[in-house]
Amino acid sequence: MHARPIEQEVSRLIRFESVTKAYPDGTVAVDQLDLVAPSGQITVLVGPSGCGKTTSLRMINRMIEPTSGRIWLDDRDTSTFTPSELRRGMGYVIQHAGLFPHRTVVDNVATVPLLLGQSRRQARSDAMALLERVGLDAELARRYPAQLSGGQQQRVGVARALAADPPVMLMDEPFSAVDPIVRAQLQDEFLRLQAELGKTIVFVTHDIDEAVKLGDQVAVLRVGGHLAQLASPAELLSRPADAFVASFVGRDRGYRALQFEQAPPLTTRPEPTVRLGVDLTSVEGTRAVAEAAGGWLLVVDDEQQPQGWLDLTAPPTGLIDQAAVHRGGTLATQGGSFREALDAALSSPSGRGVVVDDEGRLLGTVTATEVVAAIEAQATTERDSGSRVST
Amino acid sequence: MSWLRYLDQNSHEISLWLWYHTWLSVVPVVLGLLISLPLGWVARRFRWTYAPLVTLSGLLYTIPSIALFVILPSILGLGILDPLNVAVALTIYTVALLVRVVADGLAAVPDDVTQAASAMGYRPLQRLFAVELPIAVPVIAAGLRVAVVSNVSLVAVAATIGVPELGQLFTIGFQLAYFVPIVIGIVLCVALAMLLDLVVVVVTRMLTPWTRAVTTP
Repeated sequence: MHARPIEQEVSRLIRFESVTKAYPDGTVAVDQLDLVAPSGQITVLVGPSGCGKTTSLRMINRMIEPTSGRIWLDDRDTSTFTPSELRRGMGYVIQHAGLFPHRTVVDNVATVPLLLGQSRRQARSDAMALLERVGLDAELARRYPAQLSGGQQQRVGVARALAADPPVMLMDEPFSAVDPIVRAQLQDEFLRLQAELGKTIVFVTHDIDEAVKLGDQVAVLRVGGHLAQLASPAELLSRPADAFVASFVGRDRGYRALQFEQAPPLTTRPEPTVRLGVDLTSVEGTRAVAEAAGGWLLVVDDEQQPQGWLDLTAPPTGLIDQAAVHRGGTLATQGGSFREALDAALSSPSGRGVVVDDEGRLLGTVTATEVVAAIEAQATTERDSGSRVST
Repeated sequence: MSWLRYLDQNSHEISLWLWYHTWLSVVPVVLGLLISLPLGWVARRFRWTYAPLVTLSGLLYTIPSIALFVILPSILGLGILDPLNVAVALTIYTVALLVRVVADGLAAVPDDVTQAASAMGYRPLQRLFAVELPIAVPVIAAGLRVAVVSNVSLVAVAATIGVPELGQLFTIGFQLAYFVPIVIGIVLCVALAMLLDLVVVVVTRMLTPWTRAVTTP
């Protein structure tokens, strides 16, 4: 994407070697932390307030200097870099984006390339490309940060951090200050970007759900800066190391862990359907089958994509339109996770979970009982083969 | 028609005084700003220096201007009528006003922003000039407007020690018990103050297009 020294093309590994941060008043923010953030992966630091997660993050780019211990970037001690040199090779995203209010969006994004000596013209045109990449309209480029929504500002913050294509990204609760819907969007886009870019990312959050969603590995820290557990999200949910991690990881973790268990192809049963825009009276046979099966009839569109359920105890008069359709049920994709499949069954008003193929076309339905049976069958197989789940 | 006659008869002198008055008002503000920037930065950067710096500079403002005009020549070794005395005195007053303003202006830059700037790899001085000062412009400019206007009126006081500027009109009017030069002096001083204030406002507007960006996404 940009011209830059070859040595920066590779991802970097970050290694904490018994790093301690103690303040003069005796507070220990981080205590003897040993941790490796593998190259090209997302390492999430998660924990309650005061667990030292942000302090740990800021020691990586030397915004905070450790009291003792070393932090390595590959095989080089970070304390041997000048701080500005070190930081220009690490993208940094913070909670409220921290955009420069006096610069336009495009100039905010071009910040680090300009610091690295790139020409203004080149830096701006790269910045424009990057804005598009993080899902921002080109027409926003000339605006000032105050003219953007919180979600847009956060996207600009991500673009700014990526602008010099640094091998390392440090992210400090980047998505915490936006509403839940925007947050979910930003998280999904972040994962999509990371799949393309393969940066070494250290990500701080207090939200265990976010940690589990985004992390390749999750480091749970406890107050006082102790590492309580370092594990993959699936392992964290299925085998918390101690009572603290268990309570921090929270309830429903058995259910939540299902999202990391890919379901084998589920055996679905055929489901009678009616097409959108059809008069119910013209499909009496189908209607009778559905009524016998509990009074809910699945509505699909011309592409066989499920639209929702029709309540036959209060059938619409005339043609079936979108307004008549009950949309309570979620969809499960064949080959997706057990969590998706179980959720589809539990959320469906008919009790039958709708399973679709990759194109979103109806394959059939499964019941919760059937999904649970499949989960148990898989767990039994794994217990017998002695290999516990690890992703 | 005594006004016009007075103006006509003294136009050469009055325009010279106006010219001097302008210079004596502007140069100290520029110098004072240049001195206040590093002092204000120090007050902000090393928090413990804030209270002493702001208090000391504030105390400077309490020195009566007439006393300063009289003392400075002997301290600086200049002739008593040298306009440089006035420039130095007014620079001191400008510093007195602006040290706190610069420190507060820099303090008003959001922490998020300065942290982000450091994390991007700005060195401390680069960060000051590229990020902190531009964002502090509105606050500093507000202080600058006060300094400019107050200087215009302080310059007039220097007439009592014989420095040629618009204050001379007041001295003459007082000596002759003639109100025309006094009114002309007041009008010109007010007009000059307003003009210089306008210059600060216009320059500030040019430097801060971002403050007028509408806050609707």
